[in-house]
Amino acid sequence: MFRGKLFGVFIAVFLVFLYAPTLLLPIFAFNDSSIVSFPLKGFTTEWFGVLRDTKPLHVAAKNSLFIALTSAFLATILGTLAARVASRYKFPGKQAAIGFIMVPMVLPEIIIGVSLLVVIIQMGMSLSLWSIILGHVLICTPFCIAILNGAFMNLDQSLEEASFDLGHSKLKTFWLITIPLVMPGLVSSMLISFTISLDEFIIAFFLAGTEPTLPVYIWGQLRFPAKLPSLMALGTILLVLSLFLLGLAEFFRRRGVKRTGQMNSGGFL
Amino acid sequence: MSNNAIIRLENITKFYGDFQALQETNTEIMRGEFFSLLGPSGCGKTTLLRTIAGFEHPSNGVVYIEDKPMTDVPANKRPTNMVFQSYAIFPHMSVEENVAYGLKARKLPKAQIAELVAEAIEMVGLKGFGKRASHALSGGQRQRVALARALVLKPKVLLLDEPLSALDKKMREQMQTELRRLQRAVGITFILVTHDQEEALTMSDRIAVMFDGEIAQIDTPQGLYKRPNSRRVAEFIGVMNFMSCEVIAHDTASLDVKVAGLGAVTVPKDQAPAGIVEGMKAAIRPEMLTILDTNEKSEFETAAKIDEVSYYGDMTYYEVRFGGHDENVTISMRNTAGRETLSTGDTARIGWGVESILLLP
Ligand SMILES: Nc1ncnc2c1ncn2[C@@H]1O[C@H](COP(=O)(O)OP(=O)(O)O)[C@@H](O)[C@H]1O
Ligand SMILES: [Mg+2]
Repeated sequence: MFRGKLFGVFIAVFLVFLYAPTLLLPIFAFNDSSIVSFPLKGFTTEWFGVLRDTKPLHVAAKNSLFIALTSAFLATILGTLAARVASRYKFPGKQAAIGFIMVPMVLPEIIIGVSLLVVIIQMGMSLSLWSIILGHVLICTPFCIAILNGAFMNLDQSLEEASFDLGHSKLKTFWLITIPLVMPGLVSSMLISFTISLDEFIIAFFLAGTEPTLPVYIWGQLRFPAKLPSLMALGTILLVLSLFLLGLAEFFRRRGVKRTGQMNSGGFL
Repeated sequence: MSNNAIIRLENITKFYGDFQALQETNTEIMRGEFFSLLGPSGCGKTTLLRTIAGFEHPSNGVVYIEDKPMTDVPANKRPTNMVFQSYAIFPHMSVEENVAYGLKARKLPKAQIAELVAEAIEMVGLKGFGKRASHALSGGQRQRVALARALVLKPKVLLLDEPLSALDKKMREQMQTELRRLQRAVGITFILVTHDQEEALTMSDRIAVMFDGEIAQIDTPQGLYKRPNSRRVAEFIGVMNFMSCEVIAHDTASLDVKVAGLGAVTVPKDQAPAGIVEGMKAAIRPEMLTILDTNEKSEFETAAKIDEVSYYGDMTYYEVRFGGHDENVTISMRNTAGRETLSTGDTARIGWGVESILLLP
């Protein structure tokens, strides 16, 4: 059918635009030339060696890792609390409250970056990794809530009641029943916010102070053409890492669905 | 109160906002009895059960269990356990782990827990299924796990919220017998919530019939069937024919009434409500009316026209029309050998007795 064919072409073009630029990263990362252009010159792993010997890069990577891990952890805790409230309790103004928490998901990051910068400076605090963490928790929490809300909605409330009825305390019930059953959600939430934080640039750039994160470092190096191939190598590593984390998140989600025998609805992949 | 009561509900009411889910309720439930809460959906059965379990707090009144007020006792400290409508089997645990769950809260030694768990699993007929993952169980098996998980704790009272409604008909009938057997074996008081009158009749020692948040009548299955105290109860339990009636005279022992279709009868006082109630109706069960064979005789006989015949194999149901009563009356007849089956349009002689007529408010 004509319309079916047209739709197929549309999808093909869309996918090429989406992924072709990304595919250039690994190609040039292994290209034996300091100039990033076709035709390709030959195979080398030299650029990965350069990465290994660049000390400031290691510092930036360590900063990013610390920020991403901490943000993921904090955002997931906040997300758990909010999702729990959203799925269990009714109170006036609930919709509005949840709405305001979700707004940073669509708020331009530059606004978050600038306003946090103003607030932090006005309060007389100095910029540090923690100021970036603050910003990242802010943008990650809505994603965590979206993921965890699904997990809590799927959780049959009578399971918690049954645990309480069988003699366990509320706290024990949360630990023995609630947490294990929403664990796949917790893991996905953690991995997604880790990924978001790891490659976030604007907030990190505004709030970085003297300690750059990986994206900020990469941006700084783009001024030097000679550095470009090694950045391609770095990009390749980040690309593989992101794909791996996303895959891991989906694996845990599916395993959770299978283990609890629920319907497989939604998910990211 | 009688000493044999295990649960006493004293002036219990429950409001959800402005909506009153339970009217003032005062009831006793006896030690070791199989007690059912029967009523249509939304009448407050679950609310009452959850109030006893401690999941809902009554707006007013006190739940006593073995004479101890439960007002400040949370659900996890009450000597009751619940079988939930959805069974609420923990999906991340095996059958054994589910059954052991409550015992772990009691901090018993491991060996003792294992022993009790094995015993409970065997009792509900799941021997050999202990290691089975709970999501790999059928509906009937899940229910058995829920029963074992609650009974292993030896509660004073077991609360069951529509435990059979999720099962198919065959499984449901099997579980009815089995629940009854289990209850006798363990001797624990069972309180069962159901909207299925047949289920309540076959399993219970006593039944509380509820409408609109209020207990309308509490009696044995036989008592409810034979002596319903209102038209609503009579209609809910089995099938009942109602005919309008008019009181002509009454004294301390009986009432003379004129029943539409059947004529004048003298009904003893104990088949009528206390006092004269406006708009009373005469009620009679389908099996208490007989279609008489040619040479059969009865104390009272009335002619009727057969309007409809439904043949069920062992039984035949007739819809008949009496002169002077403008609604059809249902008659059920057992199809014994030699009894002829009538057909639509035939005229028949209907036999009945005064002892099977009730006057209901
Ligand atoms: N948490 C609640 N909030 C508001 N209304 C409720 C709540 N729980 C039950 N109800 C209402 O109380 C009435 C009785 O409910 P329930 O006890 O579940 O009935 P049943 O178990 O007999 O079907 C229903 O009308 C129901 O809508
Ligand atoms: Mg109910």
